[in-house]
Amino acid sequence: MPLVTIDDIPVEVPEGTTILEAARMIGGDIVPPAMCFHSKLKTSGGYCRTCIVKVEQGSAKDPRPMPKPVASCRTTVMDGMVVRNITSPENLEARAGVVEMLLINHPLDCPVCDQAGECHLQDLGYEHGKEATRYEFARREFEPTDIGDKIKLHMNRCILCYRCVKVADQITDGRCHGIINRGEVAEISTYIEKAIDNDFSGNVIDVCPVGALTDKTFRFKSRVWFTKPVDAHRDCTKCCGNVRLWYQGEEVLRVTARKDQWGEVEDNADGSTAWICNECRYDKKNTSDWTIEGPSKIDRHSVISANHYETSLRNIKADTLKMMGSVPHGVKVELGTGALDPNNLHK
Amino acid sequence: MSKKLLLKNDHIPNINQLAVYRQHGGYAVLENTLKNSNPENVLEEVKKSGLRGRGGAGFPTGLKWSFLARPEGVSRYLVCNADESEPGTFKDRYLMERIPHLLIEGMILSSFALGAKTSYIYIRGEYFYVARILEVAIAEAYAAGLLGKNIMGSGFDHDCYVQVGAGAYICGEETALLESLEGKRGNPRIKPPFPAVAGLYGCPTVVNNVETIAAVVPILELGGDEYAKIGIGKSTGTKLISASGHINKPGVYEIELGLPVEEFIYSEQYCGGIRGGRKLKAVVAGGSSVPILPTELILKTANGEPRLMSYESLGDGGFASGTMLGSGGFIVMDEDTSIVKNLYTFARFYHHESCGQCSPCREGTGWMEKIIHKILDGHGTMQDIDLLWDIQSKIEGKTICPLGEAAAWPVAAAIRHFRSEFESYVQNPENIKDIKHYYRLQN
Amino acid sequence: MTTSEQIVFSKESLEVVQKMMLRYPEGKHKSALIPVLHIAQAEFGGWLSAPVMDYVASVLKIQPIEVYEVASFYSMFNLKPVGKCLIEVCRTSSCWLCGAEDIIDHIENKLNIKVGETTADGMFTLKAVECLGSCGTAPMMQVGADYHENLTLSKVDALLEKFKSEDKQSRYC
Repeated sequence: MPLVTIDDIPVEVPEGTTILEAARMIGGDIVPPAMCFHSKLKTSGGYCRTCIVKVEQGSAKDPRPMPKPVASCRTTVMDGMVVRNITSPENLEARAGVVEMLLINHPLDCPVCDQAGECHLQDLGYEHGKEATRYEFARREFEPTDIGDKIKLHMNRCILCYRCVKVADQITDGRCHGIINRGEVAEISTYIEKAIDNDFSGNVIDVCPVGALTDKTFRFKSRVWFTKPVDAHRDCTKCCGNVRLWYQGEEVLRVTARKDQWGEVEDNADGSTAWICNECRYDKKNTSDWTIEGPSKIDRHSVISANHYETSLRNIKADTLKMMGSVPHGVKVELGTGALDPNNLHK
Repeated sequence: MSKKLLLKNDHIPNINQLAVYRQHGGYAVLENTLKNSNPENVLEEVKKSGLRGRGGAGFPTGLKWSFLARPEGVSRYLVCNADESEPGTFKDRYLMERIPHLLIEGMILSSFALGAKTSYIYIRGEYFYVARILEVAIAEAYAAGLLGKNIMGSGFDHDCYVQVGAGAYICGEETALLESLEGKRGNPRIKPPFPAVAGLYGCPTVVNNVETIAAVVPILELGGDEYAKIGIGKSTGTKLISASGHINKPGVYEIELGLPVEEFIYSEQYCGGIRGGRKLKAVVAGGSSVPILPTELILKTANGEPRLMSYESLGDGGFASGTMLGSGGFIVMDEDTSIVKNLYTFARFYHHESCGQCSPCREGTGWMEKIIHKILDGHGTMQDIDLLWDIQSKIEGKTICPLGEAAAWPVAAAIRHFRSEFESYVQNPENIKDIKHYYRLQN
Repeated sequence: MTTSEQIVFSKESLEVVQKMMLRYPEGKHKSALIPVLHIAQAEFGGWLSAPVMDYVASVLKIQPIEVYEVASFYSMFNLKPVGKCLIEVCRTSSCWLCGAEDIIDHIENKLNIKVGETTADGMFTLKAVECLGSCGTAPMMQVGADYHENLTLSKVDALLEKFKSEDKQSRYC
């Protein structure tokens, strides 16, 4: 088995493992962020460039360094490979550059975005973003559109990760949305107005790393950190029926697939991916529809994590203010003391 | 220094026709090779010739061919990259238009060496009329038994087809080209796997530039060793140079590699000097992507050596004081030229041509264009120049394909060598309108 | 072409399309998409409407979105109607150095339209395009499949007159 060293930590991994997967086996801070890679989607990854790392030594056989940063999600480890992620200031600088690129046209509308709190771009911005933008031109803007009656598309927020396109290709039959146009104005679209009509179409919401594709049945219902995730299942004729219910009080506000610590859809016990059907997602919002398994295991550091609302919210508030302060185009939001305190929000 | 191998017959009337081409020795190399040689020998001769990819990257062709995977029972393909779109480059168009059979002969010879039963010539859509010329030539070749089954009784079967693109610079990148050839968007693939292992339709594929493939004909005619004697050092053979801009005689010139740049610009045999007797200001020597150099650095290296038209000499000094031979797109600018405005046309080009697949290029190319536009508009600041520098550094090397570098390098070089011009635009915006941006048309 | 039942390739075009599909290995007929879109654009009024693209999808037996994705990627495909005569003036480096902006200004004044616009009579559409590989014969413009090179203002005038009298759709193929 190849031995790879990432940020001075050695790990032995199976042949064919990517650098990102190897880093995830080690875990902790050295795991590169990934926006477009999704381990359950074939050929995903490589596009967003946030997971870039520096390969200091290619392999034991050929110790030369790789000339450019590589996408860790699409680069297979070699025996004796030496990789630097967070121990390379140069690499962190390069990643900050990528993050800046991803944000220059982003609307930074987290306060009104349903994805806030579970948004990978938000996390990335916190970890690598700068306090102010250096971009002074008008941002690219698209009108929000409906893709069918259950999915909202906010193209302004999209980072073109291709995950939703791959979901449609790989788990539904007959993809009807895709990426049209080219370059800076490329967009997710059905081109002519068309609903994505398919039992599994809702999974595009679960794989979207940002708030570009959101569940209309959950739209503006609550902030995710006020909802409580519970794992549940039902006998479903279409899908595995293993889901996550998001409660506010007694009410199920949202049903999603179960996601792991990397934000990727989990596997079922039999090893298949736990994609869920639209019936489970949209039409089963009563507790009586489900067999409850218990509270979901959520990463301790997530804003969603119980008992950490206080500190997390404080961070969010500080960071949101930081981000709002950098909005150059007219949106002015004043958040007073305690504005984001959950108790105040409900007043 | 006026050795001609590819264009030795370009002046002959109707050389585009098979009969005329054959009268002047055309397809003799093919016949001889099919009868008296074998694929291994052809590969060996190409290796010995030292031929390097003429599309821009300059990778040794023989080595590229030797990487081709040869699993049993799997088709192999040769794809000719005729998606010539690098600003300043028009040599492939000239070659295909004038002597289409030279390319076709090269295609058959190369396919023979690679064991490819099918080849495609992917030509940019705008060259539609050139595609027609190729189609006619291919039909002639089929009719004469030079393509199809059992070519010249050798037992070698080969089909060659022309495929048109539809307007996308990015399809000149070999994996984007293959995607496009498969009927998809021209998004570059993430490598590995390389085309030599999984290319067209997932099969082992070699993608070579038009000029590279055409050069196989004279290489086999002369023998690899003889070909390698032409040129200088590791820059063997001849190279087609597309000369344009403020020169007296723009056009396509075949030069022996190693020709002094100064001779190329000023000699009557080539560019014939600068229009109107003006002074030279700068040259982009190898197509829009390569660093622009001011007069003093294009004529002489930083060490004071005469700069030569070769991969090594043009690269001498690295990017600090050198550039690249690239595709041989040689754009000449006279003393009145606005380097900033010329850079703007490049930045606008790369912004337009970015496929949008990866973030640094998708977002960064547009950002750079906007800043340069702002400077040209008289609203630039000194910080903008530094920002521009920083943005290009954040794109370079961070993208899936080389378009990132292609977009970043011209910006970096313009600032590196002409920073004072940017600064004067910032400091004296009122003068910008008086700056003569380009050669005004008469009449 | 207003209704979808009218969107059918002529017999000749269909033959070309079918022959073209034989150029690719079995099951790889999607490779014909770009050439077929060129034929469709030439045959159905110089642009690709959604019904035309849907028709192309049905001919090649692929999903319509696969056609939209491709058609919208390549700059030679017009997704909106254009004038009968589509004038594309190159403006990148070498052409700019040799006066392309004069050519564009001149055509704009002459036709009283801006880049990207179509004349009221639907005759001309003017586009500024990126490098067409005619740098040594700059400035230049492409009209249909034809390259018009070493342009001068008077040459442009003569060409515009010629196009007007021809009154036929310019096409690449």
